[in-house]
Amino acid sequence: MLKIINLHASVDDTPILKGVNLEVGVGEIHAIMGPNGSGKSTLAQVLAGHEAFTVTEGSVEYEGRDLLDMAPEERARDGLFLAFQYPVEIPGVNTAYFLRTGLNEILRHRGEEPVDAIDFLQLIREKMALVEMDESFLKRAVNEGFSGGEKKRHEILQMAVLEPRLAILDETDSGLDIDALRIVANGINKLHTPANSAIVVTHYQRLLEYVVPDYVHVLMDGRIVRSGGKELALQLEEKGYDWIRQDSMESETSPAQPASA
Amino acid sequence: MRQNNDTVNAYVAAFDGFEASLNGGASSSLHAKRREAIARLREDGLPTARFESWKHTNPAPMTRTCFAPVGVPGKLTAADIKPFVAAGVDGPLLVFVDGRFVPGLSRVSALPAGVRIHSLSEASELEEQVLTTNLAAHTLAQNAGFSALNTAFLRDAAVVVIDGGRVLDEPVRILHVNTGQPGLTTPRTLVLAGADSRVNVVETIVGMSSGAGTLTASVTEIVVDAGAVVEHCRIHLHGAESFHAGTVHVTEEEGSRFTAHTFCLSGRLVREDMHTLLRGERIESTLNGLCLPDGEDHVDNYTTIEHAAPDCTSHELYKGVVCGKARSVFRGKIHVHRVAQRTDAYQSNQNLLMSDDAEINSKPQLEIYADDVKCSHGSTTGQLDESALFYLRTRGVGLPEARRVLTRAFAGELLDRLQHDGIRAHVDALVSARLDAILASPDAEGGGAE
Repeated sequence: MLKIINLHASVDDTPILKGVNLEVGVGEIHAIMGPNGSGKSTLAQVLAGHEAFTVTEGSVEYEGRDLLDMAPEERARDGLFLAFQYPVEIPGVNTAYFLRTGLNEILRHRGEEPVDAIDFLQLIREKMALVEMDESFLKRAVNEGFSGGEKKRHEILQMAVLEPRLAILDETDSGLDIDALRIVANGINKLHTPANSAIVVTHYQRLLEYVVPDYVHVLMDGRIVRSGGKELALQLEEKGYDWIRQDSMESETSPAQPASA
Repeated sequence: MRQNNDTVNAYVAAFDGFEASLNGGASSSLHAKRREAIARLREDGLPTARFESWKHTNPAPMTRTCFAPVGVPGKLTAADIKPFVAAGVDGPLLVFVDGRFVPGLSRVSALPAGVRIHSLSEASELEEQVLTTNLAAHTLAQNAGFSALNTAFLRDAAVVVIDGGRVLDEPVRILHVNTGQPGLTTPRTLVLAGADSRVNVVETIVGMSSGAGTLTASVTEIVVDAGAVVEHCRIHLHGAESFHAGTVHVTEEEGSRFTAHTFCLSGRLVREDMHTLLRGERIESTLNGLCLPDGEDHVDNYTTIEHAAPDCTSHELYKGVVCGKARSVFRGKIHVHRVAQRTDAYQSNQNLLMSDDAEINSKPQLEIYADDVKCSHGSTTGQLDESALFYLRTRGVGLPEARRVLTRAFAGELLDRLQHDGIRAHVDALVSARLDAILASPDAEGGGAE
């Protein structure tokens, strides 16, 4: 589904990603962990097509296409979704309109009929129940005045509406209390099928108690320095990142192998 | 000192011919007003770029030659004007074509008692005397040259009179159509809202062609008596090459509430003076405005709120979406007289610059002579929020559509303020059509890209 090879990216000439290799197969959930500033969010943003980052080297193949050659909207229409760490407030655009506009763009791209306001309302009610969101959100401006937890639930709602094939969840767990975390994790799990994949970017192991990954990768200083199964997350929780840092310095000559399915 | 000598002389000369064409109408009380106005024009002349009030808008294109008053009005059918008449509204409709009232296109029937809506030409002699007492009684000096021009060459006017305590729920639609014949047209509207009355007036000034060589000098006077509630919406849909200089003058009395909405959607050179005089206590006055200039357009919203009595509140919100090489000028004067204690005034001017060549001049002007007041203002100018654009794009929305959505959202705040559903839908459609056009133009940054 996704194949990242030796990806380098910088912002304002400062290199952030320094050779990321990662392969995600259909139906897999991959967790990317790492300390602050290791490049986790940059990786997520580069995959979504943010123009602030310049890819200087490497390639990304998404379902056989050159992902880096696609505009952000093309990526979205082809089933790639980014749940933002900091969802953007859009004053004056109500949430229902926002959700329906995105959905219809994607439906049109697939050659399907766009949904009208009435059908959409039915569809959205179902999806909102999934993330325990009240219908009153639909009339409010996108993310405006939403609490941190509401913004994150809104991201999962968008994912539920757009039904991506590859979802990238950028620190979706940060700033959530335990109830909100449970709701968000429950949403992610319910939306996961054997046909779609997810990359869960997180700082803590906490989310992974609810969303169980097939693979865990540790990103440090712009590279994946260790990959393993879900037990790697537990080791990190126990020993911290320093353990890996020392380890990876020792094994500098043999960089981590991309995980593959 | 008199300015624009040659042009003024030409207008004075044209006035003789105009007078002769009035056929007996030249003896009425209205005609006395015309004569007064031409005398004033002869005295004061027309403004120049040296006037402080015209500092950012050079009036030369409108003053360097005389725009001869349009003689024979063009002919229009109901189908021609349909796009400019708000559908889904049951209220009265007055249609003026090239300054002449057209009863066949208008609809004024079954008005409730105490409500009179007609053209000045239909008024009885007695009524006319009452009306002309009010006519031009309220226009002030600032846009005097063009106001005098309007009054001097006035053929007819839309008149809305609501007696005390009367309520008219459905909006009154007034359409001033310019068929595009080169020369001067003079749209005129008078609204007299009696004490505790309630009325909503929607004025549209529309050009049916490119409007090359046309000048519209318009005046609207509104008197809001004590306790009355008046909403006034003014839609400018001038021809792409036309000139407009208009004045709206509002006099408000104690405990009244007035809300204005000014939509400057098109026109090459559009100057709009909005002057509200709050001369009774506890008035609430709101001025809303939106302009969408593109290409070489120049729009100047020159607003004045005069707090002349205590305990009044005024709110002002003007927004501009400026494309191409267009220029938007906003002057927001809040004048708080010495007696106007406990004034609460807020003004905001917000602009979106859609291209590198677009330009904005925003000038708040607070003159405060009372010591116990709350006055504030803010002005912002920027571009579309990049992070919001990216957010939309990651949801599958293409760049042009994302730009349209965000621009529409920016303008939407002013549409939301329109009270009547039918009017809001109508203006929304006009604003959306204009936005689509200006965002699709090659000048719009990134508008055609992707």
